[in-house]
Amino acid sequence: MTLLALFTVFVLAVFVGLEVIAKVPQTLHTPLMSATNAIHGVILVGGILVLGSADSLAAHLLGFAAVAFGTMNVLGGFIVTDRMLEMFRKKPRSKGG
Amino acid sequence: MNQNWIPVGYLLAAISFILALKLMKSPVTARHGNWLAAGGMFIAIALTFFDEGIARENFGWIIGAILVGAALSILPSRSVPMTGMPQMVALLNGLGGGAVALVSLVEFIRQSSIGADWPIVPLVTTVLSAIIGCISFAGSLIAFGKLQEVLPSRAIVFPGQKAVNLVLLASVAALAVLIVAGKPLVVLFAALVVVSLIVGVSIVIPIGGADMPVVISLLNSFTGTAAGLAGFVLANTALLIGGGLVGASGLILTIEMCRAMNRSLENVIFGAFGAQSAAAGSLAEGKTVRNYSVEDAAIIFSNADSVIIVPGYGMAVAQAQHVLKELMTKLQARGIDVKFAIHPVAGRMPGHMNVLLAEADVPYELLYDLDDINTMFPETDVALVVGANDVVNPAARSDPSSQIYGMPILDVDKAKTCIVIKRSMNTGFAGIENELFYLPNTVMVFGDAKGVIAKLNTAIDSY
Repeated sequence: MTLLALFTVFVLAVFVGLEVIAKVPQTLHTPLMSATNAIHGVILVGGILVLGSADSLAAHLLGFAAVAFGTMNVLGGFIVTDRMLEMFRKKPRSKGG
Repeated sequence: MNQNWIPVGYLLAAISFILALKLMKSPVTARHGNWLAAGGMFIAIALTFFDEGIARENFGWIIGAILVGAALSILPSRSVPMTGMPQMVALLNGLGGGAVALVSLVEFIRQSSIGADWPIVPLVTTVLSAIIGCISFAGSLIAFGKLQEVLPSRAIVFPGQKAVNLVLLASVAALAVLIVAGKPLVVLFAALVVVSLIVGVSIVIPIGGADMPVVISLLNSFTGTAAGLAGFVLANTALLIGGGLVGASGLILTIEMCRAMNRSLENVIFGAFGAQSAAAGSLAEGKTVRNYSVEDAAIIFSNADSVIIVPGYGMAVAQAQHVLKELMTKLQARGIDVKFAIHPVAGRMPGHMNVLLAEADVPYELLYDLDDINTMFPETDVALVVGANDVVNPAARSDPSSQIYGMPILDVDKAKTCIVIKRSMNTGFAGIENELFYLPNTVMVFGDAKGVIAKLNTAIDSY
């Protein structure tokens, strides 16, 4: 992929992000922040790629940490967001959940 | 597997992220949006395993790292209480930033060991994503520490701090130029990582606890941007799109929060706002507050037809949302109209109050935004302020010399009676006096929000 193509993709993603997000109601800002936090966990893909091509002990150890951190970001991010959004259910529910 | 399928999977993931953000517009569909994004993420991650660049003998390492990450994250994120969410998000964001920095570091080490000619754009983006990732990692950990109160939540300032920060930033810039224009040596890159981490600490340390929402939002944007830049390094569209989306969203959120506080981002980051508490003082002298007992307050409620509840950070600290819901039910049972007024910066994250009240099953139709509720205060019998301070300070409307002058506030002073539940007469996070407490239609009930409201619930039954 050429550099210009990569740049195009990045710039368009930024613009889509601005457009889509500008319309979220304030009530959902915390879950939104949490969801976007989970989405940048996509760096896990980068972690897998560098750990997959690692050929020295340093690269293996640092890559291992990158993948572990990325996994925590993704899993923790989506779980936490889901728990917040669960609170927004309309119907009354049993206490303590 | 045909390598062409991988970018197709990344495209699906990108679409799922964008649709997820669209679904986040309504509380009804938001949860599906989150699941959709998680599904897209799973596709992207699963397909990455088929990338031809991944050596077979490294699969064990990758699986092991994922298992370690899963083991360390699933349980804590399932068990963290709702009031602890802000610091949890800060922590997870920091881990993401750390992951970006590590990816850049490993890629840098690999490229320099090959000794190949390192084209300028990947080199620059590697350096930038490492810097931003490190700042986000260290800064988020400090934000986590402040919110968790492992570190003092007040602004930490010392003489010459600005000069120190400038020197640190200049060192980062110098190292970056040395690496890009000079020799891409691993030792320089390691130094860059260390100094960037220190910058992350030094940027967040002088910011008070009240401004942490802005900081987390900004650092969230940083991590996204850094992940997007790492997409250039690895020529990976999943990173470019996911990172770009989050970089943009975090920035929008940050700006929106600053606007609600009528402050610029520069002021939040460099103002050391919380530290200027000494300025106030004079207002309190010679004035008295009306200190009511819980029983007296209960009588006020028994004569009211309409109540607006204004929750603030004090409610979150005391975890008073459940007793507050009980109060709401009791008042409604007496035919009293109850509404909740949510200030955009109440609590420690945007929407923090909404999440806590939703946890306590307060219907979100009863939660009103600032603009909608402010017209209703003059016709309201009782405004009940639960642990909020700066967001109800009339000085923001009337006193041009006040630090918060111009910030939109909730006009609780316009209600017939304003009841303020507060732990003490201490100032809020902004460190300024609140004349609301001295107004003739204001009564104060001192104590922990949860304790006071629980007693109020009992007292109301007897009147």
